[in-house]
Amino acid sequence: MVSRTTDDYQDMVTAGCAAVCEPAFWAGYDRSGVQGFHDYFCQLTDYEPKRAAKFGLPHYTWLCINPKESEDVNLAEEVIGIIPQFIDKPNVLGIGEIGLNKNSRNEMKVLEMHVDLAARTNSLILVHTPHLEDKLKGTRLILDVLRSDKRIRPERCIIDHVEEHTVGMVLDAGFWAGMTLYPESKCSPARAIDIIENYANERLWMNSACDWGVSVPLAVPRTALEMRRRGHNPEFIDKMIYQNPARFMGQCPKFKLPV
Amino acid sequence: MTRQQVLDLYFMESRFKLVEIAAFLDRVDRGDGKADFRLDAFRKGMKELGGKKPGRAKKVLLAFSDPTKKPIAKAHGKGACGAWPGK
Repeated sequence: MVSRTTDDYQDMVTAGCAAVCEPAFWAGYDRSGVQGFHDYFCQLTDYEPKRAAKFGLPHYTWLCINPKESEDVNLAEEVIGIIPQFIDKPNVLGIGEIGLNKNSRNEMKVLEMHVDLAARTNSLILVHTPHLEDKLKGTRLILDVLRSDKRIRPERCIIDHVEEHTVGMVLDAGFWAGMTLYPESKCSPARAIDIIENYANERLWMNSACDWGVSVPLAVPRTALEMRRRGHNPEFIDKMIYQNPARFMGQCPKFKLPV
Repeated sequence: MTRQQVLDLYFMESRFKLVEIAAFLDRVDRGDGKADFRLDAFRKGMKELGGKKPGRAKKVLLAFSDPTKKPIAKAHGKGACGAWPGK
């Protein structure tokens, strides 16, 4: 949300969003050093929740160095080193979005470092899976890393941006699966509902991409409308867009929804 | 949903997308020079549309995917182009 306008917050509240959950993300350019991440983490844990609160929207976040900046292992070590300064902030739910981008050896090392940090701090984990042609391989590699660390409990990890060719392996391994709704890539609302209808799983959720690229903050409410067009009942829609995410994030005691 | 309901909801949108794909392929044909691996992957994906069994979306995605298992030595750049170059 750091790259969005206040109009988006207003629209989200108007559409019935109860909370916003923002992972640490690539800025669209590489930050020049650890200080840039320090400032970004301050923004995510201090300024942005205040901005969202002006619209009555609770703001939660996840911290990491995004996989797109993980090729530089030395920088990643420095950034991971400052995360403990922020991990106890009231709106931090866990470590994310970690994962892979181009499936390189250095990205794997940084992923393992993040997983270790999450295990040591007993944090929830949000995982980014690679885009397009790299997603299948990246998802397999990510599952290998998570399963090889015996401290990691799958029910406390969500593997995000799944599509038809990766959702099955994620759910079969016991993890949560997230579908990111994007107008141009990843999952469309119609395909996300297809996946829900095919898997109808307790560990599935949807999220709207709200970044600096072409993205639609109201993608989840619009998908709820699409579910209504298909004849899904209100209870099932509520489960998919509200109860399931709340159940996953509620594993962090800091996550509270407005009564 | 019944098949009739699915058609009522999605036929026009899917018809539009199919014509867009046909026009895209015509546009590629009209272009000069050689195509690259992306067009091969696209044609491989299109073959899956004619299949009789469900799971077509998954099969199309697999047609574009890197099937290898080991991490690459180094990431050169950040972007993805949508199809695996095959090396």
